[in-house]
Amino acid sequence: MTSARKRLAGGLLLASIFFFCSVNDAHAIPAFARKYGLRCSACHEAWPMLNSFGQKFKDNGYQLMNDRDAPIWQNPSYWPATFRITPNWHRERTDKVTVDTGPAGPTGVFPQTQQQIISQGFDLSGLDFHTGGTLEKNISFYVLPSSNAAGQFHFETVMGRLDNLFGSPWLNLKLGKFELDNLVSEKRILTLTNISSVYQTYHFVPVGDSNVFGRIGDNQLGVEWMGHSMNDRTRLSAALLSSNGGQVGLPSSNAYSGFFAASQAFDAGKLGVQRIGFYAMVGKAPTYFLTTNGAPIVTPFGNSAGQGNKSFSREGFVGLFYLDKLDFLVVTQHGSDNAFFGTSTAANMPLPTGARAPSWNGYLVETHYVYSPQLIFLQRSEWERMSQQACPIGSCAGSPSLAPMASNLGNIDMYTFGYRYYPIMTSRAGFAWHNEYSWVRQQGTAPDGSALTNSSLLLGFDFDF
Amino acid sequence: MHTNIREWSLLASAVVLLASPCVCRAQITEYQQHQWLGMESHIGNLTGHARAAEMDYRRYCVGCHGELGDGNGENAPWVDPKPRDFELAIFKCRSTPTGTLPTDEDLFNTLARGLDRSNMPQWSTFTKQMRADLVAWVKHFSPRWQTEKPGTPIQIPPEPEVTADRVKAGQAVFQKVECWKCHGVTGKADGPSAATLTDDQNRPLSAYNFTEGARPKCGDTDQDLYRIFMTGMDGTPMPSFADNIQPDEAWDLVFYLRTLEPQKNKEKEIAKQLGLKPVAPSAAPAPAPQQ
Repeated sequence: MTSARKRLAGGLLLASIFFFCSVNDAHAIPAFARKYGLRCSACHEAWPMLNSFGQKFKDNGYQLMNDRDAPIWQNPSYWPATFRITPNWHRERTDKVTVDTGPAGPTGVFPQTQQQIISQGFDLSGLDFHTGGTLEKNISFYVLPSSNAAGQFHFETVMGRLDNLFGSPWLNLKLGKFELDNLVSEKRILTLTNISSVYQTYHFVPVGDSNVFGRIGDNQLGVEWMGHSMNDRTRLSAALLSSNGGQVGLPSSNAYSGFFAASQAFDAGKLGVQRIGFYAMVGKAPTYFLTTNGAPIVTPFGNSAGQGNKSFSREGFVGLFYLDKLDFLVVTQHGSDNAFFGTSTAANMPLPTGARAPSWNGYLVETHYVYSPQLIFLQRSEWERMSQQACPIGSCAGSPSLAPMASNLGNIDMYTFGYRYYPIMTSRAGFAWHNEYSWVRQQGTAPDGSALTNSSLLLGFDFDF
Repeated sequence: MHTNIREWSLLASAVVLLASPCVCRAQITEYQQHQWLGMESHIGNLTGHARAAEMDYRRYCVGCHGELGDGNGENAPWVDPKPRDFELAIFKCRSTPTGTLPTDEDLFNTLARGLDRSNMPQWSTFTKQMRADLVAWVKHFSPRWQTEKPGTPIQIPPEPEVTADRVKAGQAVFQKVECWKCHGVTGKADGPSAATLTDDQNRPLSAYNFTEGARPKCGDTDQDLYRIFMTGMDGTPMPSFADNIQPDEAWDLVFYLRTLEPQKNKEKEIAKQLGLKPVAPSAAPAPAPQQ
């Protein structure tokens, strides 16, 4: 037998051992599946991404509306808790990094070159510790302390919600820190690499732009009204948010922003339920902060010295299209920031000559092939394109910090593909074998001003309990 | 040579080990195909196909109802009331006489409506085609659908006007057919037989409590209540009264039962004006007023 055959035989044997070990039932208990005795697949197209039934469950305030939603119906020992973490192996590659080639010279300047950096090894994701459910019929909550890989925690989500006020599904009020009503949810994303674990379209800001408040992928602090039809085909929501980028302690100012979403689903027979929608985020946020002796002001009751509010907006369309086992998520976005943000200029200072409000367009297409509830293949492509730079070539002359911007500066192309295999599918645990490769390129952001390319490969166990 | 044989054996055993689950699955599929996978359902212009529902059944239903539709899914031990055993083809919510198979539309509606006070959710987000396919899939589990036709749906006469006489007459029917024995004299599901109720597999069951304001399992319209009296809920102690009461009496009973609910309604107002007291279990049945 050749060595190739030996390797094949050994590989097959290992694969079969892995398969038989992995099909055993686990004894973990994700919170909602345990409460209702439904498999993960009932609410998730592929865990953690919701399907239309799961979306309706969420919109009802984590209730099936079967008159058994209140905690009084649960065993007193029931505790609605789930944790999620992903031990993994990953490989990260950046094609152009400035690297010192020797000690600093007499002038203190290091000799440098530009080279590719690759790092790889075994690693952990952060830990999400979810608790959520109903406090009483039609009063729901969600609390999610979340850590980075080093175990430093913050509150990713903390919210209470009054559901179905006056018996109407059109009247639901949420208060706290929560995910915006994004139909294509970044918090339920199926992609996990360092590149693909956020939607570029939801987080894009032009090069040189200082606005960190318009990232609709981030959870935000505020209050939200949400309404939906009985079968969830029609959904509407409006939220009033503090322009703090979801940070607690009033770090920015007294500025607010709003998020609005509307969508309608259609019954397309054998193809499934199709949905189209619109969303918009508009608001104001500070461009500079008051200081005392050059240090940020911290008042006894919080730091709220942001000043010079300027406007920003993000708006776009969303489509969820199903073709039997194949589905497409489509998001478009038009974004615009005030010129003060675009040039990182405090509003009490003059704008550089010729500065304009930057604007851009983003496009996202994510495709899933759901071979079975336990095996999903996926890809996502994203393109961010600047349509107007804050300082196009020929403007902003004399500005110390701004170089003229090429028309394609900051443009992003991102592609990712992979699969998730769920060897178990029960109402007690979630476990996925995740394999994925991602690639991203951003124009003009390499040290030499050319395009910077990164890639990421990840293999891991993604599980919740 | 000896080494070569051993290595080939290793390769062969690995292939066999990997392929064996596929064979097991093939056996299940063959079994299921044998169990009438060509089953169809017909709801209006829709035709449902059992084969088309296999994935959806595995995704949404199998955890409770089980691979074989026998109600023995992995969650069944923790679910109360227990999941339906599709092999028996006995269903609570029907438009057809007791003991007969339901129509496809009955199953189709149950899927969207769900069953309150149970783990069966409202699958109203499904497309109609998905539901029609699932109805066909549910039917393919039982041989009854091969040999029997669904019953003929009962006729529901037009709903009459609510009057004080009808509410009083309804109370008389409530006493006459002894609804109170299970549901209690005030509708609180605390009648003398309530604690002894079991389903057809001898599993404990509770009577419906009218005073909770929960939706009745088979629908909450007046027509739904009427239908429940006349068809019964097969597999439970709730019998059909089709042979015991007249259609007019059934409507009277619907009106009286509305007086037991917590919500404000016309019937409750009438009962208040009449000063209607709960039935007295020991009293002889009151004569129904002339209609």
